[in-house]
Amino acid sequence: MILSVEGVTKAFDGFVAVREVSFSVEKGELCAIIGPNGAGKTTLFNLITGHLPLDRGRVVFKDVDITRLRPHRICRLGLGRSFQRTNIFPRLTVFENIQAAVLVHRGRSLDFFTPVAALFREESEAILESVGLRDQGRTMSGSLAYGFQKQLELGIALASQPELLLLDEPTAGMSAKETSATIELVGRIAREKGLTLLFTEHDMAVVFSIAERILVLHQGRVITTGSPEEVRANPEVQKVYLGETRCS
Amino acid sequence: MSGRNWLWLPILCLVLLLVALVPLTESRYAVFLGTDILIHGLFAVSLNLLLGYTGLVSFGQAAYFGIGAYTCALLMKKAALNFALAFAAAGVFGALSALLFGFFCVRLTKIYFAMLTLAFSQIVWVIAFKWNSLTGGDNGFVGVPFPQNLDSAVRFYYFTLAVVVVSLVLIRQALISPFGRILTTIRENPERTEFIGINVKLFQLIAFMISGFFSALAGALFGIFNHSVFPDILFWPASAEVLIMTILGGMYSFLGPVVGAGVLLYLRMQVASYTEYWPLILGLILASLLFFFPGGIVGFIQDRLGRLRRKP
Repeated sequence: MILSVEGVTKAFDGFVAVREVSFSVEKGELCAIIGPNGAGKTTLFNLITGHLPLDRGRVVFKDVDITRLRPHRICRLGLGRSFQRTNIFPRLTVFENIQAAVLVHRGRSLDFFTPVAALFREESEAILESVGLRDQGRTMSGSLAYGFQKQLELGIALASQPELLLLDEPTAGMSAKETSATIELVGRIAREKGLTLLFTEHDMAVVFSIAERILVLHQGRVITTGSPEEVRANPEVQKVYLGETRCS
Repeated sequence: MSGRNWLWLPILCLVLLLVALVPLTESRYAVFLGTDILIHGLFAVSLNLLLGYTGLVSFGQAAYFGIGAYTCALLMKKAALNFALAFAAAGVFGALSALLFGFFCVRLTKIYFAMLTLAFSQIVWVIAFKWNSLTGGDNGFVGVPFPQNLDSAVRFYYFTLAVVVVSLVLIRQALISPFGRILTTIRENPERTEFIGINVKLFQLIAFMISGFFSALAGALFGIFNHSVFPDILFWPASAEVLIMTILGGMYSFLGPVVGAGVLLYLRMQVASYTEYWPLILGLILASLLFFFPGGIVGFIQDRLGRLRRKP
């Protein structure tokens, strides 16, 4: 077990966004969290990664209690994440975006004297290549097409060599073509590197194509968890979620 | 990137040579203005470490400049400390006060950060203004001597030039290092920087201290240059002025702030002899700058050069 979430609760001004959520993720698993808008998926991610303080409950990552740790500490323990709204360094080149994360991972962030330009070139370029941005290295990342920016964000997260990667809507705002390319990429990288993956996703086709286990969140609660087949067959899920998507 | 450096290096050497030759004109005016520009150039670059590189708007940078000026002058005159020690102490004291104030400031973001830096600088100003027995209050702390061996305007000019050049080389080195790269990622996106494993507040605090150190060195030079220190240099318009220099010259280029300091001080000197409406002129310059040259003077030149080169 790499991640264990135990009775996590969070309320905003009396509105309970996440209520008594408990689940665990095994090492090497590809696990998805689904649920309608407002189900509490992003809040749950922010609670796990230390971006929001939780009201009650406990989060354990690799046997370390990370409940009260600050985000940068959690990141250094080997938990990476991407964000729903693209979260890159727009006025740095694509290469520099990746290189910054590599520098930190390699413990060089407090080096004041070595010129940075030549550091970790090969490692950074290998990451660029693996997320399909080999030819974009010198481009200002803010001027990249949206799909590329999402790939870059994935690259930044991978540069810290996480063991567990949280992806918040990795295909949000993408065309169908970009979506399938991204999913293929994510799945391939996860298998190659033996990553454990926990992701939220609105596109059902995507979820059922790569997730090994699915967690369904509704109004801040976990209503069921299981294999894609089990979840698909669950009547409650069909009622609150799948039915709704088909209609819209 | 390398092509650009290749072009800039000879230009930089030429400019440095010209700056070094200024005293040969035997014009007291040129030496005076040159020293002033060098000192404020260093001050503006140290501010820009925060503004242009880390994305922190400090509206109270005059505090560290003033602390440096008072520390050096007081230690030399009241404690009869030799200049080298007093000068070094000014830098260290500037960095320590930046550590103290910065500790609180980095806990806030954006406009609240700016307001708190302003608040601390006003506190320092009031202390200097009211503590008559130590600082001379509004009458200023006068009679600061030129240090031994630096007892002429020309010698002091060369000393200032040396300090400024060495300081700029050190700051530049830190900015092109991994540490400097992390500062730019904080400027671009603090949230994401946190999640590549960086303690953002710690890095902001270190940047604040480095900036405070060099601002204080510039202030120490300024006190000796004027043979006196007045509390005005701590008052908020002084913080605004160095901010304007930085933006005028260009906050996204390393030497932009030096150019901004040069242009502003030169214009002020020229305009002041014709009219008393300098603040009006300054306001007009600033307004047109923000509309037409948001990258500042150096940003504008780089942009033009870039366009020229792209044309075959």
